[in-house]
Amino acid sequence: MKYYLIRLLRSVLTLLIVVTVVFLLMRMMPVEGYFGTNYDKLDELQKQAKLENLGLLDPWYIQLKDFYVSLLHGDLGQSITYRPKVAISTIIGSKFLVSLRFGLASLSLSLVLGLSMGILMARSKGKIWDKLGTGYVVGANAVPAVIYYLLIQVFVTKWLDLPLLYEKVNMLSWILPVICLSLVSTAYYAMWIRRYMVDELNKDYIRLARAKGLRNKTIMIKHVMRNAFVPMAQYLPASILYTISGSIYVESLFSIPGTGGLLVTAIQRQDNTLVQALVLVYSSIGIIGLLLGDILMATFDPRIKLHNEGGSR
Amino acid sequence: MSTKTINKIADNIDPSLFEFAEYDESKAELTGYSNYSFWRSTIQVFLKNKVAVVLLLIVGLVVLFTLVQPYLPNQKLPNKIYLDPATGLQLRNQSPNAEYWFGTNSIGQDLWARIWSGTRTSLFIGFAVGLFEALVGITIGALWGYVRKLDAVITEIYNVWDNIPTTVVLIILTYIMKPSIPTIIFAMCMTGWLGMARFVRNLIIIIRDREYNLASRCLGTPTSRIITKNLLPYLVSVIMLRMALAIPLAIGNEVFLSYIGMGLPLDIPSLGNLINEGRILMMSPALRYQLLFPAAVISIVTVSFYVIGNVFADSADPRNHV
Repeated sequence: MKYYLIRLLRSVLTLLIVVTVVFLLMRMMPVEGYFGTNYDKLDELQKQAKLENLGLLDPWYIQLKDFYVSLLHGDLGQSITYRPKVAISTIIGSKFLVSLRFGLASLSLSLVLGLSMGILMARSKGKIWDKLGTGYVVGANAVPAVIYYLLIQVFVTKWLDLPLLYEKVNMLSWILPVICLSLVSTAYYAMWIRRYMVDELNKDYIRLARAKGLRNKTIMIKHVMRNAFVPMAQYLPASILYTISGSIYVESLFSIPGTGGLLVTAIQRQDNTLVQALVLVYSSIGIIGLLLGDILMATFDPRIKLHNEGGSR
Repeated sequence: MSTKTINKIADNIDPSLFEFAEYDESKAELTGYSNYSFWRSTIQVFLKNKVAVVLLLIVGLVVLFTLVQPYLPNQKLPNKIYLDPATGLQLRNQSPNAEYWFGTNSIGQDLWARIWSGTRTSLFIGFAVGLFEALVGITIGALWGYVRKLDAVITEIYNVWDNIPTTVVLIILTYIMKPSIPTIIFAMCMTGWLGMARFVRNLIIIIRDREYNLASRCLGTPTSRIITKNLLPYLVSVIMLRMALAIPLAIGNEVFLSYIGMGLPLDIPSLGNLINEGRILMMSPALRYQLLFPAAVISIVTVSFYVIGNVFADSADPRNHV
């Protein structure tokens, strides 16, 4: 119990530090971002008045205080250029369901594909399947993702006669984005399971299980896989939560109205408050995800404690 | 046993056994000498992997070529807009031909020259980030692992820093600062050193209290010397791996930043810029070469560094030596 409490406190502290740092960094952004399209039409006085109206000429600690107060009221501010005068929580709320749907679909796809691929690779270690799989893993990890996304979008859509862009009603147009989203994490899971199984199969407890005559299938399911899942449990909540933030590449390439492209659009339109809100949301998602992961792992594996009890090194 | 038998045994002993043997210095050398050398074994194991050797050759050639390409005869300038001598108009979107080997882009710049100039920029960013990562990561990691008092402090800082998504840090920093090569390098370095520092720290904690280090400490060896002479040689494989992987990662990040419009200005060609230019035109099949050429170059460079790094890390691990 003490572990969970300390871990929770630490996350809250981290979140506070991150929010403060991001907020202060944002004060250094160009002020054009607060005006929208009519920046050039305003004269100096009007600009000053507008900045003062927004509270941007106050000392930074007052701004910080105001920011936290409105944050506690659940107010992330209003968008400036993207959709002027619309509350940011409304903008994000309408989009994140789309991202969540795609994210969860690709997460389950990559778990299924990655695990089966990893098991296949570990079983045929050093043979053709292993080599092909390793080639895939290297390609997916090394080459920048946008390159194969672009190639998939250009060529695969033509070969398989699939729609190029996302349409809400056409389920066929959902296939390629989900596959694209799962390519990298499939490689990650496959590599992980392969390495784990190759290491684990040589260990004593597996030999014992084999010596006492357990069937291979039982050994795999009851011993190897169960142990392999413990470290994965740490990353699972984070990966689920990250689906909310969407994939910047995939969502903008297939023009999916999710949150992924939102940050890019906000930056390109210089919408300072929107950028700030999005960065805060994404950072908190990451921190909460890690927190949940640690808690989940500690639940699975009671050996994990926050502090090692002296003398271990 | 009677005294008689003992005497008999003693009489039978060959007296030559009790003479001093000849001392031959060269033979003594032979037994005490092992011809093991860390770097030679590393190279031997590395050379056994044919794929890695081929990729190393390719990468060597590419790096060499990007450096000498501007000095070769008949090369075009990467930023010059070429005009059609007959009409005086820009030579837009020329397909690859004898004059423009990779064709020209949408405003008439030579794609061949731009690709090599861009590869040069991207590789420079990659190497700079890798080098900085190594320097900062090793220094902080070594202090973190070796000096016990610093452990708790640096661990806390690490936890906070590591919790912020890398993408977010990259985006904010490039958003605030002016887009330029130093900006991009700085933004990537801000997050890059974390992984290296953690790896170095974990390894150092494992080997810090081995007996030979204890002996050094008892003899009063200064900490800096223990770190550089006793500990760092063990870390070569990890450091090389991280550095080699930093290059594909930096190239990928640069492509990402250009994609979201925070990359380098167009007059500094980079692989990210070229991909981005190609992406805009990719829907017309005749112009697809503007995407495919830079994509091919990026794939070759990143895959090569990735594989070389991994294979080298394996071969620098003494457990894999003969």
